[in-house]
Amino acid sequence: MGYNCVVLVKQVPDTKRVTGQAMNDDGTVNRAALPAIFNPEDLNALELALEIKDKFGGTVTVMTMGLPTATDVLRAGLYRGADQAILVTDRRCAASDTLATSYILSCGVKKLNPDIVLCGRQAIDGDTAQVGPQLAEKLDMPQITYVEDLVSLDGEMIVVKRNLGNGWQEVKGQLPVLLTVLDAANEPRVPRAKRLMKCKAAKCRMEVGKAAKEDDSIDVDAVCKDLEAKGLLIRQWDLDFLEADMQWCGRDGSPTKVHRIQSVVLAAKESKEVEPTQDAVEAMVHELIVDHTIG
Amino acid sequence: MIEVNKQGEVWVFAEQRGGKIEETPLELMSKGRELADTLKVPLAAILLGDKIGGLAEQLARYGADKVYVAEHPLLEHYQTNSYAKVIDELIHEYAPQIVLFGATPCGRDLAPRVASSVKAGLTADCTDLLIGNHEIKKTGTVYENLLFQVRPAFGGNIIATIINYDRWPQMATVREGVMPMPDPDVSRKAKVVKKTVHLSQTDLVVVILSEHLQAKKVDLKASRVIVAGGAGVGSKDNFKLVWDLAHCLGGAPGATRAAIDLGFIDSDHQIGQTGRTVRPSLYIAVGISGAIQHQAGMADSQKIIAINNDPDAPIFGVAHYKIVGDLNEVMPMMIKAIKEKV
Repeated sequence: MGYNCVVLVKQVPDTKRVTGQAMNDDGTVNRAALPAIFNPEDLNALELALEIKDKFGGTVTVMTMGLPTATDVLRAGLYRGADQAILVTDRRCAASDTLATSYILSCGVKKLNPDIVLCGRQAIDGDTAQVGPQLAEKLDMPQITYVEDLVSLDGEMIVVKRNLGNGWQEVKGQLPVLLTVLDAANEPRVPRAKRLMKCKAAKCRMEVGKAAKEDDSIDVDAVCKDLEAKGLLIRQWDLDFLEADMQWCGRDGSPTKVHRIQSVVLAAKESKEVEPTQDAVEAMVHELIVDHTIG
Repeated sequence: MIEVNKQGEVWVFAEQRGGKIEETPLELMSKGRELADTLKVPLAAILLGDKIGGLAEQLARYGADKVYVAEHPLLEHYQTNSYAKVIDELIHEYAPQIVLFGATPCGRDLAPRVASSVKAGLTADCTDLLIGNHEIKKTGTVYENLLFQVRPAFGGNIIATIINYDRWPQMATVREGVMPMPDPDVSRKAKVVKKTVHLSQTDLVVVILSEHLQAKKVDLKASRVIVAGGAGVGSKDNFKLVWDLAHCLGGAPGATRAAIDLGFIDSDHQIGQTGRTVRPSLYIAVGISGAIQHQAGMADSQKIIAINNDPDAPIFGVAHYKIVGDLNEVMPMMIKAIKEKV
């Protein structure tokens, strides 16, 4: 039988490796200073889905919402073994907060009718961990967050181990279910060279169209048909295709708005240099006792 | 959808486990009190569980004017669906203007589920909350007395203030340890409002088979002194000096994510963006370069001593005492000095 898994992935700026100033003078985020990467915990979610497929059969679909450049993470999903990739892209998705994002993603996921939906616990750009539970609610599925291990999968019953920070819990749920996966869950596989070479050619229609603008000899329909036959066409879905209700999408569908953004300026404090000698250290300890910091 | 209203109450989800209220919601009561006073509306706690009605008195002492109590055998253990269902019903019934949750594993699981079902905005992991006005420059429209939800984003590189002005309630989860714990006032009383709960076994869609939870072994938040080590400490052996220094000061050892990933100490001790926020009287940073993610969890400490062999380490930017040197030499000097003087 096997299980159909959908993995939600996100392309994120690598906030852990900020080079130069992360903020522009006008208060916007300088994305150029931040390389785009596959959100780390989404790779763990993908790995878990691939392990399920390896063991029980079925399919793995990777889906992302974003700009056409986000196809990089979809290709990275195909390299690792996903069967199908879907890009949800539409200008009207812009300015979506987590609520609108989860609504739009739910419209996409519903089309696939999966047994298991997987996401990373959180994305490193926002660290909100909200889209998983919100998506589960929109899909009317139970959610199991902080998944660290798949204990068993038998028919429609799934047992997983959750890590709650101060201990663990083993829980049982019935499919369909949404899981949010922790980085401790597994070690994401390295793509095989052969598969990587094959899937490098995967493109969405918009990418083919862009190439056609520079090269008249490219027939977009023919190329897309050919890619599809080879399983290398990244599906491109817009909000019309998703039959999304516009009142829940983009800016209109987002109750949270930004009032203000400030760049973090680390406060310079009055400070003293202390030599690494016994006398200097003793003098410092004495000061801390005098001002009642210690003692 | 809940319409915007100005008389709605301020709510705090009083997360309890085994009949004991967690620390973070109690911390939140002080902030909730402040917000409710500014808005001149009542502060209410929402309490779910089985046979936990007695906790209402405690919530009153910590500042609640009202406690909504939902008791049911099926609410004994926290479960996303059953808890979300009851809170969703309460929100629709009473239309609060603000609903706050601790950003605990439970709060971060529950709040988004509730926000999605009531179609409200939610801001995660706030480090501050205040009331303010927002003006839309283009139209000149001013929205008064909104909840400003302040949180770090982009890995701590920016601080964002988030608002919601066209849909209620304004919801937020608040980081553990960023709000001071209020002093309980034994004379305070609260009005108890019982909520009738309709739940059946089918509402428990996920079953807990077994669990092993332990109270946090280290109470970093309660420590006046924290000695924290980073990757620069070099080894688990060297990390013993961090423990020794902490012990002779009556403090607790802390660590950066990097030191934990290297196996020097377990994750209960983590301080920073993804760990805990602390504000002790004295923070000694040893072998910590001071990535912005770590500084997010300790920069408010009253006094900071940094020991690092790299004079350009960013941690020196927030330190009151900078010691450029070998931590394996400086820590024993400090231990000696403290043992002699204190």
